[in-house]
Amino acid sequence: MAKKDSYVEAEILSNERVGDDVYKLVLSGNFEGQPGQFYMLKNWDLHPLLSRPFSICDITADTITFLYLVVGTGTKLLKDLHKGDKISLLGPLGNGFEFGDYKKVAIVSGGIGIAPMLYLAKKLNCQVDLYAGFRDYDYFIKEMSPYVDNIYLSSDTGMVGHKGNVLEIYNDDKYDQVYACGPNPMLNALKNVSDQEKLQLSLESHMACGIGACLGCTVNTTEGMKRVCVDGPVFTSSEVFFDA
Amino acid sequence: MLKTDLCGVSLKNPVIAASGTFGFGREFEPYLDLNALGGISTKGLTYHSKQGNTGQRIHETAAGIMNSIGLQNPSVKSFIENDLPFMKNFESEIIVNLGGNNIDDYVNGALLLEDTDINIIELNISCPNVKEGGMAFGIKCESAFYVVSEIKKVSSKKIMVKLSPNADDLVRVATECERAGADALSLVNTFNALAIDIKRRKAVFDNITAGLSGPCIKPIALRMVRDVYKSVSIPVVGMGGIMNAADAIEFIMAGSTAIQVGTANFINPKVMIEIIQGMEEFMENEGIKNLDEIKGII
Ligand SMILES: Cc1cc2nc3c(=O)[nH]c(=O)nc-3n(C[C@H](O)[C@H](O)[C@H](O)COP(=O)(O)OP(=O)(O)OC[C@H]3O[C@@H](n4cnc5c(N)ncnc54)[C@H](O)[C@@H]3O)c2cc1C
Ligand SMILES: Cc1cc2nc3c(=O)[nH]c(=O)nc-3n(C[C@H](O)[C@H](O)[C@H](O)COP(=O)(O)O)c2cc1C
Ligand code: FES
Repeated sequence: MAKKDSYVEAEILSNERVGDDVYKLVLSGNFEGQPGQFYMLKNWDLHPLLSRPFSICDITADTITFLYLVVGTGTKLLKDLHKGDKISLLGPLGNGFEFGDYKKVAIVSGGIGIAPMLYLAKKLNCQVDLYAGFRDYDYFIKEMSPYVDNIYLSSDTGMVGHKGNVLEIYNDDKYDQVYACGPNPMLNALKNVSDQEKLQLSLESHMACGIGACLGCTVNTTEGMKRVCVDGPVFTSSEVFFDA
Repeated sequence: MLKTDLCGVSLKNPVIAASGTFGFGREFEPYLDLNALGGISTKGLTYHSKQGNTGQRIHETAAGIMNSIGLQNPSVKSFIENDLPFMKNFESEIIVNLGGNNIDDYVNGALLLEDTDINIIELNISCPNVKEGGMAFGIKCESAFYVVSEIKKVSSKKIMVKLSPNADDLVRVATECERAGADALSLVNTFNALAIDIKRRKAVFDNITAGLSGPCIKPIALRMVRDVYKSVSIPVVGMGGIMNAADAIEFIMAGSTAIQVGTANFINPKVMIEIIQGMEEFMENEGIKNLDEIKGII
């Protein structure tokens, strides 16, 4: 049987700054993937050693887009790439968000948790409200706006939207499905105010392989340890526990 | 050209997937032909299933990774029922990596394996990530001798003992394992190591320490393989930071009969195929007909 490619090379079409330390990377090529799935990326050989996981932000017939926050060694290397440079990627990986016959859905993102939401919003055909929390200034909202009905913003500093936590302006009763991605404390708080069964959480974890072999990315669930990279990254809220 | 004899078991080549980095092969099967490998060492198995450790389990360091998986596994029995049949679809030699909390665990695990047709048990007395057992057996000569001789009493399989680089006296542990009847030795397991998150003022891992692997351990692993090779007459299987064919050849020259590839699988799922091809190319270019010509020449 023919074997899948593992890492493939793609050419960079653009790599532009869209906010404080946030960059949008567009690669050329026909890539597969569903909202919520991710790719392992690297533009280095063995330093650093591991590839980094990034959610699919958008896919078109001949491009794939990632949105990333510069935090450390790997994302610093990514930020210095230019049009025409090459990058290696493996994917699509993970399970992605689930779709159903919904009337009104909420997308709740914290910070860079907004990355997978563009592709998701594009694929939903019902009323979609976006709740996005930021530390200070917002990013990627104008890209999202054509695909959502209402936008509710918050920031810790009050620089945009409501001053405080995004959950303070969120009303769970209105929605029959909720998609969330962001830091664990935010997801945990959302878990406490939302109906568990309609809440889908996209989780983060430190990964080595991305394909289910190392058992490095596990989270504790109602059915024991599950791997974020293949059993997730999207989980039903009732399935997962967060460490205090 | 790469055909290798490992304590009486014939491998089509000396490249083996290292335990804990290749699962039971399933995750890699879409990417590479499992038939092409010399062997696959299974994820470490224990008599009772294990959930593994809590908290962060992987941390990257300069030229290496630290892991604290804690032997998460479905148990020997579940492996035999659910995973071994899958692995038997392929020609690669299946090596069962067996761990334990205490001597009964090891013995009971080995007894279950008696009813299977696997040839080699890799006795893991070197896992640094579990509190009891594991490495505790591998750092002292007396306990290493004891566990190996007890297993030899109940098992008809070839016993390859996986040594810990954290041993008090690695060469003596190796010679004691040989004296206890080990058929082969494999080394090294991960190095006990520490990483600190300075902002949280805490160790990165819940268990404080964790096992270090990858390119950063290669020079030390090579030296240890050579030390052990010079001191025993049973075959030695070397590993630790092998990323490419040249690294693999270095381990052969240091005395390895076969080699295992661990961390590198995470970085490139096809790496073992590239290593096999690269070793063949090297031999052709250098006019080497058999790996024995270069084994242990350093
Ligand atoms: C499924 C998934 C999807 C993700 N999608 C995105 C995305 O779309 N955009 C984005 O900006 N970030 C995303 N992340 C987080 C992103 O992978 C990390 O920010 C990135 O790996 C940091 O790498 P670094 O080398 O810059 O940081 P360093 O801190 O130098 O990295 C050191 C190690 O820690 C790991 N690591 C560091 N931070 C994280 C983190 N938050 N989550 C997981 N591992 C981490 C790295 O992978 C690396 O192994 C995602 C994570 C996961 C698991
Ligand atoms: C994530 C991970 C899990 C491991 N699990 C096991 C295990 O279950 N049993 C075992 O004997 N060794 C285990 N090891 C050790 C490897 O088999 C190998 O000895 C070590 O990683 C050194 O080789 P490398 O540098 O090529 O990775 C594990 C290593 C890693 C990185
Ligand atoms: S990253 Fe290796 S199992 Fe998930």
